[in-house]
Amino acid sequence: MKISREEVEHVARLARLALEPTELDELTGQLDAILGYVDKLNELDTQGVEPTAHAVPMENAFREDQVQASIGIERALQNAPSTADSCYQVPKVIE
Amino acid sequence: MDSRYEVVIGLEVHVQLTTKSKIFCGCSTAFGQTPNSQTCPVCLGLPGALPVLNRQVVEDAVKTGLATNCRIAPRSIFARKNYFYPDLPKGYQISQFELPICEHGWLEIETEEHGQKKVGITRIHMEEDAGKLLHSDGNSSSVDLNRACTPLLEVVSEPDMRSADEAIAYLKQLHPIVVYLGVCDGNLEEGSFRCDANVSVRPWGQQELGTRAEVKNLNSFRFIKQAIEYEVERQIEVIDDGGKVVQETRLFDADSGVTRSMRGKEEAHVYRYFPDPDLVPLVVSDAWVERVRGTLPELPAAKQQRYQGELGLAAYDAGVISAERPVAEYFEALVALHNHPKTCANWVMGELLRALNENGIGIADCPVTPKLLAEVLQRIEDNTISGKIAKTVFGEIWQTGKTADQVIAEKGLKQVTDTGAIEGIVAEVIAANPGQVAEYQAGKEKLMGFFVGQVMKASKGKANPGMVNQLLKKKLSE
Repeated sequence: MKISREEVEHVARLARLALEPTELDELTGQLDAILGYVDKLNELDTQGVEPTAHAVPMENAFREDQVQASIGIERALQNAPSTADSCYQVPKVIE
Repeated sequence: MDSRYEVVIGLEVHVQLTTKSKIFCGCSTAFGQTPNSQTCPVCLGLPGALPVLNRQVVEDAVKTGLATNCRIAPRSIFARKNYFYPDLPKGYQISQFELPICEHGWLEIETEEHGQKKVGITRIHMEEDAGKLLHSDGNSSSVDLNRACTPLLEVVSEPDMRSADEAIAYLKQLHPIVVYLGVCDGNLEEGSFRCDANVSVRPWGQQELGTRAEVKNLNSFRFIKQAIEYEVERQIEVIDDGGKVVQETRLFDADSGVTRSMRGKEEAHVYRYFPDPDLVPLVVSDAWVERVRGTLPELPAAKQQRYQGELGLAAYDAGVISAERPVAEYFEALVALHNHPKTCANWVMGELLRALNENGIGIADCPVTPKLLAEVLQRIEDNTISGKIAKTVFGEIWQTGKTADQVIAEKGLKQVTDTGAIEGIVAEVIAANPGQVAEYQAGKEKLMGFFVGQVMKASKGKANPGMVNQLLKKKLSE
């Protein structure tokens, strides 16, 4: 096995995913297969090949430092389940 | 400090840039606006929005890198730092991980205890700020995303500092640099220059580093020093009690002066960085780097050296005047008009800064321009007024904006250098104080000060003090 059930559980927790035990088993199998495929790719000799961060051969897409109109508070908040005083309301965060 | 242990400190400084718009979208970065009024699909993290890099942020990063002796990476990439928190709408922060824009820099610091040394700068990377959480008494917290996506530079030092004083010395080098460069307003209280300290201790001679705690929430130099000193004491106590220092994040509480553990956040440190597919690689050519190098202003450390070497100022004076760019620029403008650097320095550090402090205004808004002040100094130089009267003239110019010559003429402040006129006053003073004259002539030479004071008073401060002294001596010894 390339990945343990515990590792899958841990990664799921980091992603805030609540998985049923059956889902955990299923995903562990799938992720194991994916990692197995990556191992296969690792067999290739990539000495001297620059790591690729992007598939598109492009660089330096910039915008100039100019202020553009924002979308407005109303539109910014329109999908929020709860708002007050121009703010999104979320369950209390305890620091 | 406990002599059995060596203190090891590394600092992470978040420098908020002064760009007009955010790092990946065109929303304004203006401070103190209505919550969420400066937001758009990009900084709200709405699906399908595409971040595009603000060119000015790259310029500012290159400037800061060059000013801190870094190597500018010809190629750098952006990465996603994944974690969940309500002030982070996308569920990740766009930052740099592998291949940051600047690496391998250093700053030179000086402390009384350890003298001069270099502190390494591991890296400087570009990233976006998170939003702001506002806590109220109720069952909810409020989220304002105006600050989300504001450009930051994170300047990461090597663990090269060995005391709180060295940490402060490092920050006092870095802070004026970013302000001089104009990339940051330097305001610690408003969070434009934020510092986290990684603190650990180890027995002397031990090679490997002790376990560190990261201390956050440090918004003044005084708190940084306090927090580091507290943290060192705490860790030594833990070790002495047979315990182990835990690697964790701790918050400094300014009210009680202690650091407190932020429990339950250990998992948050699994950030799962990966290259952000939304942002293409950044390539900074040598030509670009050299063009930016050409725009760098003279930096505070270089200015201080020049003020000492070329202008002959004392180290302390050179330090005070070079610390803030507007003050240094005022001073240089003044010296250009009145080529007596020491006099200029005395006036800038004395009357000028005092008046600015008293009136609570910055030097940029100073009513007495370098040109107006240079005229005052010129009139001291050519004996039109005394140094003491010059302060009155300065005050009058501050109030009215008139020139030195206008004030001197209107108020009749021109120094009396006419020997006959001064002799007359001297004679009057001698005649009016026969007792003191007798005592003086009997050997009580201290009384000279009294006579000078009387003459100056009678002349309303306008008599030339040198001449007064001379004539008094002559008359009293007759």
